[in-house]
Amino acid sequence: MRLTQGTFSFLPDLTDAQVRAQIEYCLKQGWAVSVEHTDDPHPRNAYWEMHGMPMFDLKDAAGVMAEVDECRKTFPRHYVKVNAFDATHGWEALRLSFIVNRPPQEPGFGLEREESAGRMQRYRLRAYAAERPEGERY
Amino acid sequence: MSAPESLSLDLETLYRDSNVAAVLEALERELVGLVPVKTRVREIAALLLVEKLRRSVGLEAGAPSLHMSFTGNPGTGKTTVAMRMAEILHALGYSRKGHLVAVTRDDLVGQYIGHTAPKTKEVLKRAMGGVLFIDEAYYLYRPENERDYGQEAIEILLQVMENQREDLVVILAGYKDRMERFFSSNPGMASRIAHHVDFPDYDESELFAIAGIMLEKTKYRLDAGAEGALREYIALRKKQPHFANARSIRNALDRARLRQAKRLFEQRGARLTRDALMTITAADIRASRVFEGKGEES
Repeated sequence: MRLTQGTFSFLPDLTDAQVRAQIEYCLKQGWAVSVEHTDDPHPRNAYWEMHGMPMFDLKDAAGVMAEVDECRKTFPRHYVKVNAFDATHGWEALRLSFIVNRPPQEPGFGLEREESAGRMQRYRLRAYAAERPEGERY
Repeated sequence: MSAPESLSLDLETLYRDSNVAAVLEALERELVGLVPVKTRVREIAALLLVEKLRRSVGLEAGAPSLHMSFTGNPGTGKTTVAMRMAEILHALGYSRKGHLVAVTRDDLVGQYIGHTAPKTKEVLKRAMGGVLFIDEAYYLYRPENERDYGQEAIEILLQVMENQREDLVVILAGYKDRMERFFSSNPGMASRIAHHVDFPDYDESELFAIAGIMLEKTKYRLDAGAEGALREYIALRKKQPHFANARSIRNALDRARLRQAKRLFEQRGARLTRDALMTITAADIRASRVFEGKGEES
């Protein structure tokens, strides 16, 4: 199952040229771009590992692309995403975030049901990949 | 492929279309002297223009190496020319953004193990798409301390200079003799730098012309007596220690402005004209300690 999240979740994966153009747009807006990766695909996993520091004062996307490529090379079977943080007063939040690398095989999620008090039914998402310990998934 | 006639025409239009002509003209107009430097800048501009044309007819040759080394005494215009270079490279489409990131050893080399690489990489990332100007580059290499982290910064620099030529142009600057020693102990660096440009010292008439440009930019002018005084000042100052070419001239003019302001302030009862606010007199210049024949920096 193909995992989607972030700004372009409804689109097919971006090509490198498209990724570069998006980063170029972020830099033009004055946002700080950072690269993160994880091997835990659960949608509630908001804390991904940082790959290097967020990059401030960049003028050109080449620097970020080099960082993205390095992260892909180090973690070829992880999810890698690019974030753009807007530091202007009133925003102080991520403005853009999209996946730029994914594992070749994504086993997807299982839905678990649990009987609870009365006839209440609880549901739980379980990532098949997360059954193995960190670093051995995918 | 097109005939030679149409090619020559193309080069002319290409030259006019890119705004490199304006940048080169500004270089000629605003920078006094520096003939060898201007010649080299023109050569590089010509190379890039021809390269662009060659590419348009399918003659690929890969990005030319444009890393440079600027050597010369202080105040000879190394930083200024580096900024112009960034503009020219941008106008010719060689550099995508055309900004200049000026750094020294402190910005590249860290203070403890593992600090240097991220620091250098951060600077390199900031400079991508433009020009990285490393002032006093010879400080990067300190042979007297074999555990100095400068070597690490040099290695990262070399790697990027070689592999990401189309993303970044590196300009090293510094005094001539020390840069030569730096290159002889870092042959890898020397071989990756294609253009060694030497900045000659200015002679007295050039320094006077520079003063004229500086005054014009700051909307001041010299009266008849002050011109002679400034010429004398330049001749005297040039013989003194710590003479830093155009920078010394700028400092002298700044101090003359100070004295002019003081003079005007002291006669504040009188009516001031616009002309008086602009004029620097001989007395403003002759008050300098240089004329006393002592004092090293005045």
